[in-house]
Amino acid sequence: MKFGIVVFPGSNCDHDAYFATKKNAKQEAVFLWHKDTSIPSDIDCVILPGGFSYGDYLRCGAIARFSPIMNEVISFANKGGYVLGICNGFQTLTEAGLLPGTLLRNKSLNFVCADVNLKVMNNSNIFTSKIKTGDVLRIPIAHGEGNYFADDNTIAELESNNQITFKYCDNEGNFTELSNPNGSMNNIAGIINKERNILGMMPHPERYSDKQLGCNDGIKIFESIADSLK
Amino acid sequence: MKQYQASIQITLKKGILDVQGKAVENALHAIEFPMLSNLRIGKYVEMIVEADDKEKATASVIDACNKLVANPIIEDFKINLTEIESQ
Repeated sequence: MKFGIVVFPGSNCDHDAYFATKKNAKQEAVFLWHKDTSIPSDIDCVILPGGFSYGDYLRCGAIARFSPIMNEVISFANKGGYVLGICNGFQTLTEAGLLPGTLLRNKSLNFVCADVNLKVMNNSNIFTSKIKTGDVLRIPIAHGEGNYFADDNTIAELESNNQITFKYCDNEGNFTELSNPNGSMNNIAGIINKERNILGMMPHPERYSDKQLGCNDGIKIFESIADSLK
Repeated sequence: MKQYQASIQITLKKGILDVQGKAVENALHAIEFPMLSNLRIGKYVEMIVEADDKEKATASVIDACNKLVANPIIEDFKINLTEIESQ
């Protein structure tokens, strides 16, 4: 299978995503330029990487959402193509309306750069298919605006449709306030759309995909995608 | 074509915790302003709009706000338009 990793001005996890998919998950991967007006037909999964696209001006992801490649990403996703948005990529997906809700400023006002525990809430999608529901992954976060917010109806809908894929938890897998690094509603760290082909998450699995980095829990996500789409 | 100066005030919707506003309010309380409360921080945007009339100018600005300038999920906006001499 082949990953396409979008490069926006200000993306800074594009090469990490490339390394994780190409070297760690041993799949094909190419970069897609933000000014591109088409996505090659052999791309199976588009990754919107982390970073500070367009300097995070106005709102995180708000300007990236209108770059030429995003029209293609939207139509690719609407046709059932798989899209993974990580951190700034998640913010861009919400700005594009591909995922509900938005990411507010962290409750603490701090930019939080830390390892967190993530509970996998369901594995009925390609992104977590090789992980057991209930497993806890150790994955780093690095963001100032990761505080997931949506209105109460949307949150209820996300919960009842099993669209919440990852929640922040403590070492024992409990959803506590202390284990919530940014104030996200219901400890939400990652959500998927109803059709289960678009996943957005604030934590960075690409940064923990190589054993040499001390932990490679993140590789499970790229391996799940690769295994599902082979 | 006429030109209008648009001033846009963007605020977080009521009920959404404004952490920045809260931090500034707490800092004000810590100095000599305990009488201040409900501090909320928003954004101010201005732009010049070209249109046949004020109604069309307003419609363009509202459209721009809904599509990009504001995020309607979390933000409200108020628009003020005044006609200016064409530049």
